[in-house]
Order: sequence, then structure tokens, then C-alpha cells
Amino acid sequence: MALLEIRKLTRRFGALEAVKDVSLAIEAGEFFTLLGPSGCGKTTILRMIAGFDAPDEGEILLDGVSLAGVPPERRPLHTVFQSYALFPHMSVAGNIAFPLEMAGKPKDEIRRRVKETLALVHLEEKTESFPHELSGGQKQRVALARGLVNQPRLLLLDEPLGALDAKLRVEMQSELIALQREVGITFIFVTHSQQEALALSHRIAVMRDGRVEQLDEPDTLYSAPANRFVADFIGKINLLDVEVVASSKARLGLRAAGLGEIAATDPRPITVGERGAFALRPELVRVFGRRESADLKNRFEGTVRELLYLGDVTLYKVELADGCVIEAMMPNAAPGRAKFHEVGDVVTVCWRHDAGVYLRN
Amino acid sequence: MSAPRTQPAGLTKWAVTLPPTLFLLAFFLVPALIVVVAGFRETGEFGGLAPWPQVSLDAWRFLLGDVIYLEVFARSFLVAALTTLICIVLAYPLAWLIARSPKQRRDVLVLLVILPFASNFLVRIYAWIMLLGPANLLYTPLAVIVGMVYAHLPFMVLPLYTNLEKHDPALLEAAQDLGANAWTRFWRVTFPLSLPGIFSGSALVFIPVLGMFAAPELLGGTGDILIGNLIKEQFLDNRDWPLGSALAIMLTACVLALAGLSAWAAKRGMHGTEAIT
Ligand SMILES: Nc1ncnc2c1ncn2[C@@H]1O[C@H](COP(=O)(O)OP(=O)(O)OP(=O)(O)O)[C@@H](O)[C@H]1O
Ligand SMILES: [Mg+2]
Repeated sequence: MALLEIRKLTRRFGALEAVKDVSLAIEAGEFFTLLGPSGCGKTTILRMIAGFDAPDEGEILLDGVSLAGVPPERRPLHTVFQSYALFPHMSVAGNIAFPLEMAGKPKDEIRRRVKETLALVHLEEKTESFPHELSGGQKQRVALARGLVNQPRLLLLDEPLGALDAKLRVEMQSELIALQREVGITFIFVTHSQQEALALSHRIAVMRDGRVEQLDEPDTLYSAPANRFVADFIGKINLLDVEVVASSKARLGLRAAGLGEIAATDPRPITVGERGAFALRPELVRVFGRRESADLKNRFEGTVRELLYLGDVTLYKVELADGCVIEAMMPNAAPGRAKFHEVGDVVTVCWRHDAGVYLRN
Repeated sequence: MSAPRTQPAGLTKWAVTLPPTLFLLAFFLVPALIVVVAGFRETGEFGGLAPWPQVSLDAWRFLLGDVIYLEVFARSFLVAALTTLICIVLAYPLAWLIARSPKQRRDVLVLLVILPFASNFLVRIYAWIMLLGPANLLYTPLAVIVGMVYAHLPFMVLPLYTNLEKHDPALLEAAQDLGANAWTRFWRVTFPLSLPGIFSGSALVFIPVLGMFAAPELLGGTGDILIGNLIKEQFLDNRDWPLGSALAIMLTACVLALAGLSAWAAKRGMHGTEAIT
């Protein structure tokens, strides 16, 4: 049985349906992420799980038991708020001790557990500090420690890294992974950063306008997006409007406007004449000079229109025969030679027949 | 380059702060000093002060020699403390309710709280005479307390409201999320964070009540006079300025000592609430 099950959850605010018919099952020990653009209903779902908001339809079950009517203070789960919501009048130790005191734990156990948890988040030397004396990253750690200390069945994290600068974010991401593995508590993590979601999660539910668009493991989500929205939202991608012109035994022939035929694969039965999109990750596209050979089926000639040197990689925007632009990303592996092609170069772009995915409309 | 730029800034600072400084010197510090000096002078033949340069401790001998003055002091502090306490208890729910009501309604509610100031204080006290008279409560200690609480309640509501309005609702949600019920949330989060509001409200109530003479005179009985009445009596009725001054000095000293003590206590007990003051 799943630890937390969400069944057909719907929440309306007036005419707005903030959450529409969402069903999820979250397993014990999982690092589960709700990913989606601003306003798609992530916080609303978390608030319903925490008990601060009640669903209009559907139910939430913990260990198979409905949480309906259970007030937040009696749900065995804690939340890490985006604003941290640390108690300003309590020291770091006081903040972390709070949930233990609420649970009525004996004094010496509280002292021991606070100490252990402070060590877990590397804040031993800040025990007696007050929140206003801490940096953003340290506050974040205190908030995490406070959420974890009483070992809840489930920890809800609402964009906990949102307020940190880029470098600290990445640092905290690694710490979060290590922490979750160490304590073994189930995390439900909310973010609108696809990079963060991919880096941290066991599974990701991609949301749009209150609905779950796709629920998969990060690599599946990245390599086999279910639709245009997911493909576009996660990572960089080339999206071409195509028509299916050939389909046999998992092999597809797709015609993109003006480009000619693209060879692709798809295990689903697909009928000729169908319209859809072809999605191709830039890092799977190779760019060759005219004299270099490439024995791949999908090869098209074009001109480099723009390039973005990003240090580790270079992003080329190649304009093909009739205005269609393909982005390709190539690693800058060779030292002393940052770019392989210049703007204006005539090049060949090519990709393996199984590099891209066909998305039905 | 930088010198000419900082000079006018310094001048501006002086120009801005000088008038209020002069005002305070002329109308606060000088009168206060006059009172202090008057406390160590002798009464004149026809009241007021005897001609310079007599100096005497008569007023102090008289003041400390008669237990009645100590009694009035004690009663005044008791009334002030009681008034403050009742004001806290009454103002807290009111301030909380205003702070929790929708934004557009808050200003109206605050206006209602200060609306009584629009009419004259004595008129309002006379209104209480009308109300308390038929109830047979007039000229009792209770009437004094009622009048005091009535007159000073807004001074407690406003700082409390200002404080409570700034509380981050996320803190209460966090407390609830971590297992605190409504009662615990209030005592562990809302109340400690509102201490600065309670302190400033208390100062605004306690100190004026100590010096108030109109309410006890109009609402209280003969046994209900407070220091304020005594001081007023010395200056206006008995024309014993040295005694009046000595009483005033003693009152001021007590208040200052109390203020210092509570500031010290607040500093130790309210860590982390600075952000909300
Ligand atoms: N209490 C409320 N009353 C009315 N509308 C609300 C309320 N709470 C949320 N909404 C609306 O519901 C939608 C979803 O909001 P929600 O806060 O869940 O988004 P989110 O995915 O968490 O976005 P973000 O990434 O910006 O935090 C939004 O359109 C929001 O305006
Ligand atoms: Mg949100």
C-alpha cells in the first residue's frame, strides 16, 4: 500500500479550478516532486495534504486512512515553508525543539534529538543563535531540521530552495539528497525549477493548470515526454510540427514542413496521416562541417545563424533549408578550441533515428 | 570633493533638529528644573515660593513624615497597575480582532477606537457620572477604575493592534503544522511576539493614569484621591509649591525607575521580537 494516496482531488476557488482531478500514490521512502509553472496548483495540493485547506472533491489517504477532518496539528506530517516561518523569538535550538515539545517528549530526549538533528544539518555552532542572526542558507537548514526532528511520516517542502542564490541552491540540493537518504523520510517536494526536480527526485509529477500532465522517473520524463507541454517545460528541446507519412513495425516516417522526411521510432501503433510534433533534444543533434562525413539517416544541411558559448558546451542555432531552425548542443571537449563552427558556416546537422520522440497532438 | 558635500548635510541636520531641541529645552527641561528647584525652597507668606535665596527641606520632611502621602502613592500605583491590567485584557481581543479583519475594514475599526477623542475628556467623564449615578456606583473606587480604563483603553489598543497586524500568519500555520493546538499557538507564538506591543501600551496607560486627577476627582469618593489630586491640590488650592514640587519629583523618580526596570526586563526577555516592534 502506498504511504500517501491522493484520489481524484479537486479544489476550486470561485470559478477557478486550481486543482483538477489529481490522483497520485506516493511510496514510503520516496523523494516525490510536484513540478510545474507558477500558479499550476502545487501549493494548493500541499496545503490540502497538510490540512490547511480542504478539497472540494476527492480524498487524501495516509496509510489507507482518510485524512478528511483531521486538523493539521494532528497529521503526522510536517511542512517546510518557502518563507521558512522560523519563530523569531526562539533560538535555533528552541525552534527545533518545538515539534518535540508539542509531541510531549521528555526533556532529555528533546535535548538529545535537537543535538543530533543540528549535527545532521551542520549547525552545531549556531544552537543558541536567533533566526535574525542567520544567513539564508542557515535559516533554510533550521527549517529543514525543525521539519525532520520529530521524524514525521511525510515531509512536505514548498520550494524550500527558492530564496537561495544559485550556488547555494546547488549546494543545498546535494545536501537534501544526502539528508533524505540518511533519514529515510518520505519527501514531497514542490518546485518550478525543472533542473532541481530532475536532480533530486525519484519520481516527478509535471503539472499544468491544476492537472498532472505526466508522472514518471526523471530520465523517462526527460527522454520520453508525454506531450508538447512536458517536452517544452523540461530542459531545452526542438519541437517541429510533423505529419506521419510512413508507419511500420515501430518505425516512423515524419514529414516536417519543408524539411523532408525524418526517420523516427515509436512502439505505439500510429496511423499514416496523423499530425503531431517531433521533439528532439539539442544535445542529441550533431553538427558537422561540410567535409566531415556522417552516416546517419537524419541529415540536413543548414547554416549556423547564432551560437551561444556556454563554457562547457556551445549551443548552435542552425537554419535549415526553408527557415526551420534546429538547436544543437555540442560539448567543448577539445582544449584550445572552443568553437567548432562559426556563424555563417554551412554545416550538416544529423541525429540518430531513435534520438527524438513523436508526440501526438 | 567629499568635504563640501558632507558639510551641508551636517548643517541640514542641525537646522532640522535645532527647533525641536530648543522647544524641548524651553518648555520641558526648564520647567522641570524649576519644579526640582521649587521642591527645595520655602513656601512664601501668601503661598507660592518665598523670595530667593531660602533653601529648605521642609517639604520633604513633611512628605516623608506623614504616612498618608505614602498611602496615596501606594494607592495610585495600585490603581495604575489595575487599570493597565484591565486595559490589556480588554484591548487584546479587540486589537486581535481588528488585526485579523479584512484590510479595507481595519482603518474604519481603528477610527472607531480613537473616535471618543473627538469629544472633550471632561464631557465624557460627565457622561460616566450620568451612567454610574443611577447604578449607585458613583464615588466609589470602582467608578475611578472604570473611568480610568475607559479613558485609556485606546492607548492600549493602538500599539497592540500595530504589533499584532505585523505578525506573519505563516508562523501560526507553522506552529499548527508542527503540532500546536489553538491555545498553545497563542501562548507560544502570538503572545510572546506581542510583548513589545503590550509594553508600549502599558507605558502609555500606566504613566498618565498615575498623574490623572480629573477622573478620581469627579468619579471617586473622598477616599479615592490619587497623587495627581494631591499635586494639583498643593499648587492650586493650598498654594504649597514646595510640597507640590516634592510630590511631583517623587512621582517622576518612581516612574523613571519603573521605566528603567521594565526596559531592562524587556531587553532580557524579548529576544528576537525586535523585528516586530
Ligand atoms: N486562497 C485562494 N483563493 C483564491 N485563489 C487561490 C487561493 N489559493 C490559490 N489560489 C489560486 O489557485 C491557483 C494555484 O495556486 P497555487 O498557490 O497552488 O500555485 P503554485 O503552483 O503553488 O504556484 P507558485 O509556483 O507560484 O507558488 C492560482 O491561480 C492561485 O491564484
Ligand atoms: Mg506555491
